[in-house]
This record gives sequence, structure tokens and C-alpha cells, in this order.
Amino acid sequence: MDISPLFFYVFAGLAIACSLLVILKKSPVASAFSLVLVFFAFAGIYALLDAHLIAALQVLVYAGAIMVLFIFVIMLLNADAPSFDLGRSHVAVRWLSGAVCVALFGLFVWAFKNSAVHEPVAAYTVDAIEKAGGNTRVISELMFSEYILPFELTSVLLLGAIVGAVAIAKRNSGNPVKGGHNRAAAN
Amino acid sequence: MPQQIDTWVVLAFCSAIFMIGLAGVLIRRNILVILMSVELMLNAVNLTFVTFSKALHHMGGQMSVFFIITVAAAESAVGLGLVIAMFRTLRSVDTDEIQLLRE
Repeated sequence: MDISPLFFYVFAGLAIACSLLVILKKSPVASAFSLVLVFFAFAGIYALLDAHLIAALQVLVYAGAIMVLFIFVIMLLNADAPSFDLGRSHVAVRWLSGAVCVALFGLFVWAFKNSAVHEPVAAYTVDAIEKAGGNTRVISELMFSEYILPFELTSVLLLGAIVGAVAIAKRNSGNPVKGGHNRAAAN
Repeated sequence: MPQQIDTWVVLAFCSAIFMIGLAGVLIRRNILVILMSVELMLNAVNLTFVTFSKALHHMGGQMSVFFIITVAAAESAVGLGLVIAMFRTLRSVDTDEIQLLRE
């Protein structure tokens, strides 16, 4: 693939180092800020792979909206207490899951390296996209023609998520008494 | 340093990030960090889609990433709502504390 090796290795190294920090740091706040760096590194790799709209969305949605939500919840819960508990319990689980992840990683790399050469299946080369008006225009035209059904289903999903989030929040703030739901239903 | 990056190198990087996220889900007990690890795994899959989109000259991968980002935003909104509900009930974000089937 015709992407710059230097930039790819810089972004990939940053992403791997920061995602290790995400799972190894004790404080959730430190994990959240490492995750922001991972998202920015991913946006850089998307831009290297000529997915400019996805790169912009990555920064806006992930590094913007989702991370603000995480930081806000950490602030709301004041849950900055360490919960990693190295060396106290779950040692076997930790080593076992680490070993399983490393083994699966090896399997994936072996499979990707030895799979067949990928032949292009469509005509969206860099030049063709450039001639058709750029990445964003091509994606927009596809979204409102070929992918119109998933697009509309996405709006239903977002509506369901809003209703679900409100229902969860309301149900738990309404009845602080234990077993209050049954009594309310009986009355 | 090589002049070209092979496709499998990018895919290997994606699987490394995915496995780091999986390890985070398995070994951490703070539910906030578990949700962050799930986001890491979703991002790794997104990058796999974009890589194949470039390698196969097909825009379906980038379209899928667009929809996955939407689903991930909805998922984290509902998930964090559930975390707040859990914290109200248990006064903790430790997943080992989730032991009751009712309030």
C-alpha cells in the first residue's frame, strides 16, 4: 500500500503505547487521557489511508463527544480510586487472559500474513475518487443511494438509545426505597 | 526502513490494538476502564475496515465505519447511563461488586 512508512510507524507506535497505558494505568482519568491520544493516532492513520471523512469523524465523535462523556461520568462519580489491585487477587485470571490474548494475536498475524493476495473488487481507486469529487462526496452519494436503508435504521437506533438512556436514568432516581416498584404497582 | 507498508502489517497492528482492548476487558475491574477497552476494540475493527477498503478499492468499508461510529456513540451513552445506575445502587464501580440479581 502506498502509505508513508515513517508516519505509519510513528502513529502505530503511539497508538500501541497509549493503549497499553489505557489498560495498565491505575487512575481512570489517566486511562481516559491516554485513550484520547489513541484516538488522535487512529485519526492520523485514517488520513494516511485516504479516509479523510472518517479521520475527521474520528476526532469529532470519539475524541470529542465520547471522551467528554467519559470524563464527565468520571467527574460525576468521583471514582478516581485505583481498582487494578496488582498482586492481590485474580493473578491466575490475569496471566491466563494475557496468554490467551498473545496467542490470539499470533494467530491473527499468521492468518493475515498467509492469506491470499487481496485483489481489488471495485473501481474506487485514489484517482477515481479524486475525479468524482473527493472522499466526502463519494461517501455522501453512496450513503443516500446504496446505503439508504442502514442510514435510516441508524436514526431508529439513535432514537432507541435516547429513550433507553432516559428510561434507565428515570427508573433509578424515582424509587430509592428497596422493592418500591412492586408496592407502586400494587397501589 | 522499507518504502512500502504491506497490508498485513496494518492488519497486524489492528489485531494488536484489538487484543490489548480484549486484555483490558478481561483483567480490569473498574467498569469505566472496561468500557474504554471496548472502545479500543471497536476502533481496531474500524481500522481493519478502512484498511480493506483501501486494499480492495471498495467504499463499503468506509461506509461500515460510519455506521459503527454511530453505534459506538449510542453504545457508550447507554453504557455510561448503566454505569451511573450501577454506582447509585452499589456505590462502587468495581465489577466484582455486581453480585445481586435484584435491588
